[in-house]
Amino acid sequence: MDVPEVVKYAETLSNVAYAERNLYTCSSEGLRKIKDAIEKHNLNRVVVASCTPRTHEPLFRATCEEAGVNKYLFEMANIREQCSWVHSHEPEKATEKAKEIVRMAVAKARLLQPQEEPEIDVTPSALVIGGGISGLTAALCLANQGFKVHVVEKERELGGLLKKVHKLYPSMEDASAVLKRAIKAVESNKNIKILTSTVIKGVKGFIGNFDVIVQKGKQKPRTIQVGTIIVASGATSFEPIGMFGYGESKKIITQSQLEEFLKTGKLKKPKRVVMIQCVGARRPTGRTYCSRVCCMTALKNSMLIKELSPDTDIYILYRELQTYGKEYEEWHRMAQDKGIKFIKYALERPPEVTVTPDGKLSVKVHHALLDEEMTIENDLVVLSTPLIQHEDGKALSQMLKVPLGSDGFFFEAHVKLRPIDFATDGIYVCGTAHSPKDVAESIAQAYGVASRAAIPMALKRLRTEAITSSVDESLCTGCGTCVKLCPYGAIEKDEKGVAKVTAVVCKGCGVCAASCPERAITMRHFTNEQIIAQALAALGRVPA
Amino acid sequence: MKKTNSVLVIGGGIAGMQASLDLASRGMRVYLVEKTPSIGGRMAQLDKTFPTMDCSMCILAPKMVDTFRHPNITLLTYSEIMEVSGSVGNFTVKVLKKPRFVNPEKCTGCGICAQHCPVEVPNEFDMNLGVRKAIYVPFPQAAPLVYTIDEDNCLKCELCGKVCLAGAIDYDQKPELLTLNVGAIVVATGYDLFDVRKRTEYGYGKYPNVMISLEFERMESASGPTGGHIVRLSDGRVPEKIAFIQCVGSRSIKGGLPYCSSACCMYATKEAVLIREHNPKCEVYIFYNDLKVFGKGFQDFINRAEDTWGVKYVRALPGEITEDSKTGKLIVWYEDTTENAIKNLKADIVVLCPALIPKPDNKKLAKILGVELDQHGFFKSKDPMLAPIDTTVPGIFIAGYCQGPKDIPESVAQASGASGRAAESMALATVKGVRRTARK
Repeated sequence: MDVPEVVKYAETLSNVAYAERNLYTCSSEGLRKIKDAIEKHNLNRVVVASCTPRTHEPLFRATCEEAGVNKYLFEMANIREQCSWVHSHEPEKATEKAKEIVRMAVAKARLLQPQEEPEIDVTPSALVIGGGISGLTAALCLANQGFKVHVVEKERELGGLLKKVHKLYPSMEDASAVLKRAIKAVESNKNIKILTSTVIKGVKGFIGNFDVIVQKGKQKPRTIQVGTIIVASGATSFEPIGMFGYGESKKIITQSQLEEFLKTGKLKKPKRVVMIQCVGARRPTGRTYCSRVCCMTALKNSMLIKELSPDTDIYILYRELQTYGKEYEEWHRMAQDKGIKFIKYALERPPEVTVTPDGKLSVKVHHALLDEEMTIENDLVVLSTPLIQHEDGKALSQMLKVPLGSDGFFFEAHVKLRPIDFATDGIYVCGTAHSPKDVAESIAQAYGVASRAAIPMALKRLRTEAITSSVDESLCTGCGTCVKLCPYGAIEKDEKGVAKVTAVVCKGCGVCAASCPERAITMRHFTNEQIIAQALAALGRVPA
Repeated sequence: MKKTNSVLVIGGGIAGMQASLDLASRGMRVYLVEKTPSIGGRMAQLDKTFPTMDCSMCILAPKMVDTFRHPNITLLTYSEIMEVSGSVGNFTVKVLKKPRFVNPEKCTGCGICAQHCPVEVPNEFDMNLGVRKAIYVPFPQAAPLVYTIDEDNCLKCELCGKVCLAGAIDYDQKPELLTLNVGAIVVATGYDLFDVRKRTEYGYGKYPNVMISLEFERMESASGPTGGHIVRLSDGRVPEKIAFIQCVGSRSIKGGLPYCSSACCMYATKEAVLIREHNPKCEVYIFYNDLKVFGKGFQDFINRAEDTWGVKYVRALPGEITEDSKTGKLIVWYEDTTENAIKNLKADIVVLCPALIPKPDNKKLAKILGVELDQHGFFKSKDPMLAPIDTTVPGIFIAGYCQGPKDIPESVAQASGASGRAAESMALATVKGVRRTARK
């Protein structure tokens, strides 16, 4: 598009005192130019016509504020995603459209009002949901920084998934020894309160001021106050009922059951073991994801069986071996050196497990690399199944008002750059609650959430969203539609029977304003008047 | 013991920036030392990011600006660590600020100097596919947006000094040695690329249309040397067929690195999807060993690449590339293990995905810091399982690829983790210090 022409057009709009072209408005140089222009031309509204407010609006707002203009007197016209990118083949029309978008933004900017962001105090304590290795690590890191931490574990003992694990790769340390140390450190820290056999019954409030209702066993529920919440609720193993003969023979077990047998020393020396990877994982539909830890778990347990019983033949039937990272390829080589056999199978031709009438097992597999059908008689089939979300994950997600992804795991604010934050402020996620991962990866994330949660708690005071809704009490009939629809629980009916918004909880989504039959709700910064002015400008019905 | 609230972060890529922002946001003072003239790191060179296909610069630039603008972050670009002494809670760090020969207070980033500079040198940011001047900014969104004279290539013609309207050119600028006092150190120096020339069978350097993935990434990028047009470097023609080869130098004991670089399967898939997006007529093949789909959303992304975008995956490790001298087409020779036959594929461009390797400078830096490296040259974790973020020295932590292969979200999470550990170790060190004083 012809940007200089758009600039020239902008200059003609009424109330526009100054317009300029800038190649990289978001660069420090571009921002400096905005500040200079505000000062030089004594501007009281700023419109940037560029890309998406999603990534850049905070930056431009902060720039306005630095130059003494309330940041809500800033408006952004998206002429990239909504114009140049989608009309790249029609540059002339795109230029015209860009002018219209700018005209709309200016129309709104005229009516903008300064807004204030409420300040809130932050309770310097955290709630950690889940007492597995992730939760324990995060709790200890925060406690060592001087913050109070409540660890809530639904089971009777701390430990989570690792309680069932025998050895940990890559160091081959006993999982129980690792857990014992972590639990001891947490239990002996005076900043940490541990609540086992305890479930979360409800969560109210917002960053800095959460009221969490917890219930221990059958005791009376009580409320604890925290400033931040860390979701470290873990995952559970998928049970492959009806798959690969699971349930037909005691000799067909899951990888987690094998862990238990190895841990308790119950594994009798088998002659031949067949492990099948990706059981119920990486499906074309449904559970499409890779569970990340199963390949290494199979390798680890194979090596342990070989240690116990060097004569046992072990076959690992895999689709793609996930021996990523700096150490795990080496494990693959070590396993091959120990005589463990790897057979690649294709998704379309999965292995078949047969239990013969005399109780023997046989696995038929198509070797995808050799294009050969093979039959392996054996006396133990181990099914590697994925980690999945808990039954109660959904309830937890609803109570906290944070989303789950299509894979069932908790869904972070941004896959790339906000991997352990939720979109809701003050709530964070780590460990297998986020997605399958091993101990080292869970620990790294646990330290990560400890850092993220420490930020508001160290600051003690925060500024929150200014774009919130407000109710005109004289118009409200108390129908309660907004109360039901508000996704953040920010609206209640007060003693007068009219809707009342808790501003610091409101995220400004606008659902209430759009659904109010009496038009009693106004969105700050998105008033009817402002939106109508924008629409009229789009239609060319207001003078430029 | 004097209490310091400061942390040193080494490396201004996405991991270093995240660590700095976390610490600065909670009120700590951060010194972010970056060797090159701008923060941004590798992520700045990427076109899009997998599996969401976010424009890399679009999500990175705001972070760069946040880092640059943060009142608690002192940005020391074009600087290097010279000396470190002390221990957790109280490190003394000497930093060498190299001369830019441009006064950052005066430079407006207008670029007139570069327009007039007569010296053209290969542009490292574009993987040497394009050129830059001897006075330059690495890329348009650089932070700080301050020009730098590259001393090695400058002719000393002093033309820049004559044309600079701001009077920012300062030929007499001297190196500066700064001394910092910090309580903890976060190392986030990133990665380098395996030299694919060592794999002579693939003909990189000999055949112009054999490229490495990061070169190709720059070519795909709208801000890159070809403006986002994918062309054969030999003749500028639009390619009809492109092949990717995975694991060049990785997962190989002979003449390479034994480990899996962890990001290549996914970024190759991303680059392949982008080719199909740009030009649906161009066929794309990815030669792979094992598809590494272990991360969140990876398998779905591969499925989409295959089903929606028609990217073809071939399980084979090609043995050789030859060139048809008449057509300039590359012939990729590979063994089809299922048919037990040698086959070939003719492609216009072959993209090699090199092993991602530790920075060669790690050795020098590790010596200065007194920390250990692992057998590959990555920074060694105190315990690979239980203390992945700790180095072998208390108070010094690691984040991102310099610790071992990982992708962007893992680097970001780990960077926050390093911040958490840094704050924790300083809090504990302070408590100990107070106790010691009390006993006296």
